[in-house]
Amino acid sequence: MAQKKKVTARVVSQKQIGEQIFDLWLETKLAKNAHPGQFVAVYPHGESMLLPRPISICEADKAKNRLRLVYRVAGKGTAEFSTCKEGDQLELLGVLGNGFPVDKARGKRVFLMGGGIGIPPMLELAKAMDDKKQVLLGYRNKDLFLEEDLAKYGDVYVATEDGSVGTRGNVMDIIKSYSLRADVIMACGPMPMLRAIKNYAAENGIEAYISLEERMACGVGACLGCVCKTTKEDAHSHVHNARICTEGPVFEAGEVNL
Amino acid sequence: MNTEVKIAGVSFKNPVMTASGTFGSGMEYSDFVDLNRLGAVVTKGVANVPWEGNPTPRVAEVYGGMLNAIGLQNPGIDVFMERDLPFLQKYDTNVIVNICGKTVSDYLEVVERLSDAPVSMLEINVSCPNVKEGAIAFGQKADSLYDITSQIKKKAKQPVIMKLSPNVTDITEMARAAEAAGADALSMINTITGMKIDIHRKKFVLANKTGGMSGPAVKPVAVRMVYQTAQAVKIPIIGMGGIGNGEDAVEFLLAGASAVAVGAMNFVNPYTTVEVVEGIEAYMRQYKIENVTDLIGAVE
Repeated sequence: MAQKKKVTARVVSQKQIGEQIFDLWLETKLAKNAHPGQFVAVYPHGESMLLPRPISICEADKAKNRLRLVYRVAGKGTAEFSTCKEGDQLELLGVLGNGFPVDKARGKRVFLMGGGIGIPPMLELAKAMDDKKQVLLGYRNKDLFLEEDLAKYGDVYVATEDGSVGTRGNVMDIIKSYSLRADVIMACGPMPMLRAIKNYAAENGIEAYISLEERMACGVGACLGCVCKTTKEDAHSHVHNARICTEGPVFEAGEVNL
Repeated sequence: MNTEVKIAGVSFKNPVMTASGTFGSGMEYSDFVDLNRLGAVVTKGVANVPWEGNPTPRVAEVYGGMLNAIGLQNPGIDVFMERDLPFLQKYDTNVIVNICGKTVSDYLEVVERLSDAPVSMLEINVSCPNVKEGAIAFGQKADSLYDITSQIKKKAKQPVIMKLSPNVTDITEMARAAEAAGADALSMINTITGMKIDIHRKKFVLANKTGGMSGPAVKPVAVRMVYQTAQAVKIPIIGMGGIGNGEDAVEFLLAGASAVAVGAMNFVNPYTTVEVVEGIEAYMRQYKIENVTDLIGAVE
């Protein structure tokens, strides 16, 4: 896995696809080694901003050496990225993290569950899985994104918090209203959603793999900034704190305390 | 061109080290840099037993720097001896082990465990601002600093570096106390205690409320403290605080540091350590400086 590098990537294209949501294609050799659920850390140009911003990989076009990042503008760093145009350059550190265990879903009924800005990594994951999958997406309102891309690879169900499209509520409400069933769950989204999935998986005796996020500094496992609580002793520090950037971001739901 | 420096009898191929806590035990950054190129790897703080550290969020960015409140999470000396030290031994570089503790006897236990270990020096963390017990409590009063330094010196088989906190009224008073107690060298500065508030949520950004500030924004403070301390003591100083390139490093050397360490800037650019080595060499070529030691304290 020693594929981590800091590289300069060229912006191929960027467009806004939702409220504060941007769709960025970058040309970089990092695409070759990208696995679904991994992330890159993108450096702002502004010298007052030091730390790279972790952003999940939405798609990796290995043939063309391109990575697609779909991200939400959350502060000054991501606001700067959103102004990038074709031909601009961005420094990236990647590819980082473990990614989703695609093999665990082989031959099984699977839910891919994404909530909000947790939806983007579901696309590369859906592409990597041959079996039929049920894609459950939660949005705030009718300002949907990536649902058409995902519909090419699975049966998409949408929930919106305001009920303007699909099921009113969140991804858990989709399961109830359509009486869906799965043997394995792969998910990324806000903490309340991940907690609900962890409980649902435990109650129904199914495997769930969830992608976590936390404030990061180094992105490579050195600073110990981005830890999460684990039920078993972690391999690095032996204190029930795993590094989200390195042992994660994807954990089996039973392994972590949320 | 000679980049070798000697500190307390230990020879370093160049004056560039890593700052404790920013480089793990070298493993994570060995994907990016050849550790053989470094004067020393200074490890993340190691205690006698594993430490869990603080709740998250533990890190935050601030203008030109960052705050951290990791709380010295570490696997303890057993895992360090079994896993991290053998890894570092594969490289031709000095290993300096940073030691933390809650009580003096915690520190002494680690010091003793390392007595026969292949370690060049010990760096004693009496300056971490992010833990409630130990650490900075020993580094903010001259008499407690004197006491812990002399107790460690009695037990230590390797030369001892005391890492000083900038969160004091007069850092030269601390430096003199450490020197008087027998410290072989000083490293400075540890982070400056800071705070960040999220005005939209009306909450502290760090779970610990306060954190240690590092990065380029602290460099002028660190250079000033190194200069003042170099005037006040005879023992060598390892200077750190926002070093990101060769020019930054030369500034610390001119201020009186005998060596430098790269900290937060590793996070900004994982190749920083080696680029600092190359930057010092480029400066030496530019100004036709034969020995890097000619730069130490050479500010006029």
